[in-house]
Amino acid sequence: MLRTAIRNLLSHKLRLLLSGLAVVLGVAFISGTMTFTDTLHRTFTGLFEDAAADVNVEPASAFGAGMTGTGIDSALSSVPADLVEEVGAVDGVAAAEGYVEAEGVYVLDAGGDVADTGGAPGIGISWPGDDALSAVTLADGRAPASAGEVALDSATAEELGHRVGDKITVLTTGPRVEAELVGTFRFGEDGGLAGASMTAFDPATAQSLLLEDGRFTGISVAAEDGVTHAELADRIEAVVGDDYDVATRAEQAADQAAALEDQLSFIDTFLLVFAGVALFVGSFIILNTFSMLVAQRTRELALLRALGAGRRQITASVLVEALVLGLLGSTAGLVTGFGLAQGLKALFGQLGVTLDGGLVLSAGTVTWSYVVGVGITLLAAYLPARRAAKVAPVAAMRADLVRTARPLLVRTVVGTVLAATGLAALAAGSLGDGVGGLVGLGALALLVGVITLSPVLAVPFIRLVGAVLPRLAGRTGHLARENALRNPRRTAATSSALMVGLALVTGFSIIGASARASIDELVDDVLEADYVVSTSVGQPFTAAVAEELAQVDGVASVTQERYGTARFDGEESFFVAYEPDALADALEVTFVDGAVEGLAGEGLLVSDETAETQGLAVGDQVEFLVQNGESRELRVGGVFEDNSALGPYLVSMDTYSATGGAPLDRYVYVGVEDGVDASAVEAGIEDVVATYPVVELKDIEGFKDEQRGSIDQMLMLINALLALSVLIAVLGVVNTLVLSVIERTRELGLLRALGMSRRQVRRLVRLESVVISVYGAALGLGLGGVLGLALTRFLRSQGLTVTAVPGGQLALFLVLGAVIGVVAAAFPARRAGRLNVLDAIATD
Amino acid sequence: MTTVEQETREATSTGAVAARCEGLTKVYGDGETRVVALDGISVAFPKGRFTAIMGPSGSGKSTLMHVMAGLDTASSGRTWIGDTELTSLDDKRLTRMRRDQVGFVFQSFNLVPTLTAAENITLPMDIAGRKPDQEWLDKVVETVGLRERLGHRPAELSGGQQQRVACARALASRPEIIFADEPTGNLDSRTGTDVLAFLQMSVRTMGQTIVMVTHDPVAASYADRVLFLADGRIVDEMEQPTAERVLARMVAFDRKQEG
Ligand SMILES: Nc1ncnc2c1ncn2[C@@H]1O[C@H](COP(=O)(O)OP(=O)(O)OP(=O)(O)O)[C@@H](O)[C@H]1O
Ligand SMILES: [Mg+2]
Repeated sequence: MLRTAIRNLLSHKLRLLLSGLAVVLGVAFISGTMTFTDTLHRTFTGLFEDAAADVNVEPASAFGAGMTGTGIDSALSSVPADLVEEVGAVDGVAAAEGYVEAEGVYVLDAGGDVADTGGAPGIGISWPGDDALSAVTLADGRAPASAGEVALDSATAEELGHRVGDKITVLTTGPRVEAELVGTFRFGEDGGLAGASMTAFDPATAQSLLLEDGRFTGISVAAEDGVTHAELADRIEAVVGDDYDVATRAEQAADQAAALEDQLSFIDTFLLVFAGVALFVGSFIILNTFSMLVAQRTRELALLRALGAGRRQITASVLVEALVLGLLGSTAGLVTGFGLAQGLKALFGQLGVTLDGGLVLSAGTVTWSYVVGVGITLLAAYLPARRAAKVAPVAAMRADLVRTARPLLVRTVVGTVLAATGLAALAAGSLGDGVGGLVGLGALALLVGVITLSPVLAVPFIRLVGAVLPRLAGRTGHLARENALRNPRRTAATSSALMVGLALVTGFSIIGASARASIDELVDDVLEADYVVSTSVGQPFTAAVAEELAQVDGVASVTQERYGTARFDGEESFFVAYEPDALADALEVTFVDGAVEGLAGEGLLVSDETAETQGLAVGDQVEFLVQNGESRELRVGGVFEDNSALGPYLVSMDTYSATGGAPLDRYVYVGVEDGVDASAVEAGIEDVVATYPVVELKDIEGFKDEQRGSIDQMLMLINALLALSVLIAVLGVVNTLVLSVIERTRELGLLRALGMSRRQVRRLVRLESVVISVYGAALGLGLGGVLGLALTRFLRSQGLTVTAVPGGQLALFLVLGAVIGVVAAAFPARRAGRLNVLDAIATD
Repeated sequence: MTTVEQETREATSTGAVAARCEGLTKVYGDGETRVVALDGISVAFPKGRFTAIMGPSGSGKSTLMHVMAGLDTASSGRTWIGDTELTSLDDKRLTRMRRDQVGFVFQSFNLVPTLTAAENITLPMDIAGRKPDQEWLDKVVETVGLRERLGHRPAELSGGQQQRVACARALASRPEIIFADEPTGNLDSRTGTDVLAFLQMSVRTMGQTIVMVTHDPVAASYADRVLFLADGRIVDEMEQPTAERVLARMVAFDRKQEG
């Protein structure tokens, strides 16, 4: 059996290649993602180990750093200088040194602009005194030794065009510093800072500029030979007590790597979604291929049956073929995936994240690749294999092998029930408060229902749309339409690749467009201020900006906005701080209960949703605990209508500062007096902002644009998704068409003998392809439209208050369907046109 | 043999030739597998006549038809349809020639399964984008006797009906010449007779030119003339054949080959 299967596969290399490609693509995405993730993990762990001290001591936070990496830990405490001595005295410590490390430090170039870090932070550090504890290596010049001197990481220095000896300007979260660049350095073993910039000061300057005189961010410790890190950490812990976290080199590296990988995890998710789409859609192509192979071999299979082969053997023979195909496809996918990981690595290198060493190919990656690749292939081939076994032995004897079209009744019933159930569940799940599970199940049921119904719907659709074909292309057009109608199952399976892809893209497009429109509406409704000032990447910035803005003539109000994380009655959450009497100038808050005055002092405002989930009402006391351990009893002074411009909890600036929050703003809202010359005021505001290159001034339109930015990024990802689904859709159509051409060799030969030109034959194939593709596109648009609208409705509570349908874009997708048809037909049509008339007539 | 060549010359000079060839040779493969399917054949098919070609299996009958109809190329020699020499035509012109000047009836699989009988009949004209001559079409359909079946697809027609549709198609565009390769090979004798009578009548009453390959002496007797092929050469011919005479000639050939 195995030999027959392999011989069958080899005699149809083209088919093998086409149907295998889908498996290859899917597996490539899986193995590529896994390989890249493993490599990323190894590299970062290694990198952080290089940069870490043997043992590190830091103030303990009051609760788990659940929001690490968000930069919202505003109220962290520091280490007093005398603790460094205590730690240094511990037995087994070779050296101990306090260090300072802070974000929000940027260097300006000669033109007064900040370096573009692409969202990575600008870090300020104290220059380490002890080489054993140093993660930095001097590249040029010398270390900074006094207040007027700084050193800069070499990559940033190069980017900004600064040389050792230059006078440079450094922005900190405090004052602006003019200093001489005395040295450049590399960080860690290979200078990898992932795009961040790093500025080093001498320790005393770093303390006064970035922290507080006499205090450190933490202590790095070098162990004496013969003392393990873990042992030393235990001894230090005994000295410093519970107020401090003591971590070994391995622990620090693992923590930091985990945090970074967490930030990069969206890449994994994205690639895995690709893999899912590729395999899901690919399984239709495989199913289609095997169905057609079985149909073409009916007579051969019947002969085998007549000669005594059992049903099991027939099924097995088809499945063995699928197994071989799955194995080959998975292997090729594994190799391609390795290439994909290599490409990602190169891409990251371009972005400044160098991953050195080779790629990590783990046993897990290999196993998963084969399990998924072979599994999907076998699954998809199972139905055709079963059908093969049902071939009656008598079929071998019948000369006129009319392939009886199996009725679509069962399909119609099952499909309709599924689709209707799905629609009902979608409606029930998305209307009212929304039930996520119901929406998910509904979407799935609808998708499966539509896939099931697709052959049934294909007939009327193609009749209708195909009605223009005879008018456009005469008999050729007529034949093309009839060919597409010949086997509705095949037409449906072929177009399903495109349908699924376009349904996804359409759905996301609607959600994206709705999100954009909702943001516009929200900004219009909620924003009371005329201007917004913030950094381009949401980093905190000095309060001096707000102070200076308040001095500008014609400015009526300046509202500062600061972020933090805290535990509210034990529940960890993000919160926002405002000056109570300035809040209303910036944002319109609609109160369900209480008023904005309730924020004053130790007051707290909560959104109605938070109030409901946490069981809070005006007058309740809430325990407020920040990371440095400070806590307050806050009184709920108001409940406001939730909207995505406002946080779940609002606290007063008093509470924020009193509990150790850093004096750094995230946003500053500026309101202009009525009846003054707006352009003059704007010029005044611009003057202030221009002196702080880190921050940008946005008017209302600019603010909308900025807020829409993340959605535009999402839409970019969707376009990538579109590209992939298009690729697979093309593969699917090519595959079916090639098989159809082979199957219709005689018929095409007859047409050629009767005088059809090569060109007409090509057009015949092309038109059929276009009809099938347009059908898939239309079905995808419909399905995606329903899903998109339902999800938009479901996400209303998340801020999608406006529903927008990007009509032009959707029309474009339909056109794209037709284009795909033409592109996919190129190869099969050429093949059909090249058929030798005599061979075609002679084919049995 | 002299008679064939004589006739060829005669027909050429009068211009009443639908198709002819000179020194036509077709060789397949080379070395060990070399097969000479046609070995320097010269023959002419006069207009308005029904010619049958007979000969043992492998004698080159199908090959002769294919090359003369422009479906296959000659190794050497020249062929004409009407006044046009095929050997000089490119694929595009050959295709147009087949479409406009040549009709075909094959042994089986003659019809496009997705088209109705009526659509199959007008297919060559539809491909060309020409309007069929309705009066002529009616006459052809009438003669074939399939008026009630015109809306049916091939799968709904019997084998004989299918072959008659194929004949009607070949006639409908009024080609210079019709080539039929064993058109009755798959039919029972009664339906076969129907088809043959129909072909014969189209020659007699419509002035059509037909060349038909057959193994059946009875089928051959419907023709005006029979050519006998052996090993790629024309070895004999017979005017006004009857089934008995054709059979007797075939038996004589067999004897000769055995002896
Ligand atoms: N494509 C080909 N390649 C090689 N040899 C071929 C090819 N086609 C035909 N032949 C050979 O040419 C010779 C003539 O074949 P042809 O089909 O013309 O015979 P025929 O007289 O039609 O026979 P039959 O009565 O069996 O149909 C045969 O020996 C055949 O094997
Ligand atoms: Mg033959």
